[in-house]
Amino acid sequence: MSVRRLKETFKQLLTYKSAVAGLCILSFIVGLSIYAVIAIPYEEAIKAWRLGEDISINNPRNAAPSWINFFLQKKLPETIVMDTSKTGSGARKVKNFPDTGNIGVIRTEFSFEFSYDDFPSEINLFLTAKYNETAPYITIDWTKPNGAIIRLKEMAIKRTDRLYISIDSELAKKLRSYLSEKVGQEIPYEITPQISLFAVEDESVLKPETAQVLKGKYKMVIEGILFERESDIDSKLVVYGKVFGLAGTDHLRRDLMIGLLWGAPIAVSFGVLASVSISFLQMIIAAVSAWYGKWADMLLQKATEFNMILPFLPILMMIAIFYRLSIWVLLVVVIALSIFGSGVKTYRAMFLQVKELPYIEAAQAYGASNIRIVFRYMIPKVLPTIIPSLVLSVSSFVFLEAALAILGLGDPVVPTWGKIINDAYTKGALYQGYFYWVLEPSFLLVLTSLGFALLGFALDKIFNPKLSEM
Amino acid sequence: MRRELFAFLKYLAKRAITIIVVVILAVYTTIIIANMGGYVDEIIKIQTRDGVYQSVFQNPAYQHLSTEEKRQLAEELYRQEIEALGLDKPFIFRSVGYLTSALSLELGKATYLTSDSGSKAVRNIIVERLPSTILLFTTINLMLFFLSLIGGLFLSRKYGSKLDKAVVTLSPLSSIPGWFYGIFLIIIFASWLGWLPYGGLVDVPPPPNPLDYALSVLKHMVLPVFSWLFAYSFIQTYTRRTFFLMFSSEDYVEMARAKGLPPRLIERRYILKPTLPPIITEFALTLIGSWMGAIVTERVFNWPGIGTLFYQAASMMDAPIIIGEVTIYAYLLAITVFILDIVYAIVDPRIRIGVTGA
Repeated sequence: MSVRRLKETFKQLLTYKSAVAGLCILSFIVGLSIYAVIAIPYEEAIKAWRLGEDISINNPRNAAPSWINFFLQKKLPETIVMDTSKTGSGARKVKNFPDTGNIGVIRTEFSFEFSYDDFPSEINLFLTAKYNETAPYITIDWTKPNGAIIRLKEMAIKRTDRLYISIDSELAKKLRSYLSEKVGQEIPYEITPQISLFAVEDESVLKPETAQVLKGKYKMVIEGILFERESDIDSKLVVYGKVFGLAGTDHLRRDLMIGLLWGAPIAVSFGVLASVSISFLQMIIAAVSAWYGKWADMLLQKATEFNMILPFLPILMMIAIFYRLSIWVLLVVVIALSIFGSGVKTYRAMFLQVKELPYIEAAQAYGASNIRIVFRYMIPKVLPTIIPSLVLSVSSFVFLEAALAILGLGDPVVPTWGKIINDAYTKGALYQGYFYWVLEPSFLLVLTSLGFALLGFALDKIFNPKLSEM
Repeated sequence: MRRELFAFLKYLAKRAITIIVVVILAVYTTIIIANMGGYVDEIIKIQTRDGVYQSVFQNPAYQHLSTEEKRQLAEELYRQEIEALGLDKPFIFRSVGYLTSALSLELGKATYLTSDSGSKAVRNIIVERLPSTILLFTTINLMLFFLSLIGGLFLSRKYGSKLDKAVVTLSPLSSIPGWFYGIFLIIIFASWLGWLPYGGLVDVPPPPNPLDYALSVLKHMVLPVFSWLFAYSFIQTYTRRTFFLMFSSEDYVEMARAKGLPPRLIERRYILKPTLPPIITEFALTLIGSWMGAIVTERVFNWPGIGTLFYQAASMMDAPIIIGEVTIYAYLLAITVFILDIVYAIVDPRIRIGVTGA
């Protein structure tokens, strides 16, 4: 196809509204892919996805995307992180040693505004202590906006200590009896610390559905006694919210945005590579089969029949399960299993007609070789007619990747849209109402396939005008 | 007449041989893949060895033996076990044995999976799962078939109408597979509205009354059926309509119209009659193909059918079940293709006397 012909085709394409829409969608997806590859390097994306909780410990679990707060009357909380080793995060640390002696005090204060309408999802306190022999001893107090002060813990700390406040059953019991006393009635359910610590202290707290957030300034004070002059304590308080970022998080606290972004280049390249290579290989096989005829034709035709009786997905599944393939090896297997697909028969029928055309005879007359005739005269003739179906079949391969991921056969390391859906599915996102988890990757999948479909149908009208008259 | 019959028989014999060869090759390929070229046997050997050693070394009856004696005993028992399993011969010989037993439908015993009734026979396991797959996908395919046939005919009559344009516009919806719509339908009708179940074949516990049982199954079928109808009915109606339109511009149809025949008669006699054979062929092949189960759809809807069985078998490397399923599928497909060949040869005289190689 010459450049002029390409330009003409493009101009013609722009006269179709659906093609313009398809091109817009595809440029968006391609833009997303390019952004993903530049903004998050491959190694980093894989690390973020594999290590999960280790590096995203400051993210909430199963948090919805932040923008849903626009549509909600009750605003869901964001995550609040305060760290003494980082300035400007709302944490204040003061260390005091008398001029003589080895015993000193350290006071850390975290203070923050909490004015959301829902309780935090979790509260964790991370402590790192420096000491040689005798561990520091600390007390932790919690101050509510109404002035109430609650003693949470008194303990000696280890070099690295984590206090999972929201799942501390001892603390939960303590806070429950504290609240029951305040309200003057026994609280009839297992109230979690993150509710007790943030709840309005009246009758509303007696039922989990009616419990309300006490809005205002909260304070956590950690007072420690240090027994060595070099001793120190750094601490980080994380009050986990229920919303996160543009895409939310999954069960391993991973930012879904990473997966959604990286899913784009993978889906597009998998779909396009599979579709292009399968179409071309099928076409070459069909052309050879039609041109050479006789035993070559028979052999290739038998191969397609054999391929048709082999169930595609089951064979692909077996290979994927047994050899734990990466997505690119899987792509090669997909191509290998499809080159003798049903397309060969369709193309062969086209080539049988092309073979009889006079210009082929002319080529033969001037002594063109068989290979030249197949590749320079027959294939270019049929090429335009297969471009629409090539574009159309991209989306089926994009969904094939997703289908394999749904069966747990996706790439073991790279995040893809299908793998996100699979995670959501196996973790019961549909039962628990985490719809964003399924809907975000699904939306992108639909968008991608819609883009290719719209473009493909428009191309079909241009390249195969006879059919489209109908 | 006799020559014609002879040509017919010759054609059938040729087809039969080709189909048999293809089936044998397909089953043999599956055997090789399902055993990972013999690697699965190595796994079984290691497992057997571990089991034998453990039972010998932990058996109080052998306590008086020295470690060396115990080891010898275990080696001997292991050798016997391997021989009993037939694993002492090289894989290439055994694969031929697997092939003959698979082809004679002696499907043997599953390695790990059992049927709900506790049987390990592959045949029982498959027979137990088959009805739910056939029920669901035959329903779906029959509905799709009639919907697209009647819809296509109707639209070819109303060519260019608003409805026609709507179907043409909606046909790109089929670029998204049925199981994917399934996820959305589950979100809407199960999670959000709570009208229909998330998946499965029947309520838990199953209702004792047969009528209630049937109703419960029906309720569970609604979402999978609709997910497929939504995905494939537009494109199929569109394809049929185009097919009918192409045939309705043939000369002999114009001729019939010119003669003033009623439109219904033209449709029946001049459009449907020549177009039905390829449509029915396609339907027959799709139907047989669907009995292999749609693995992904069955997984999304947790449907306990052949597809789910295949998924379980493949993830546990249960080779006998995989081979059994593929063999049955290959046979069904081969028989269907052969029957279609016979029907075509009877209907189409060109094939019968061998004008075209078909």
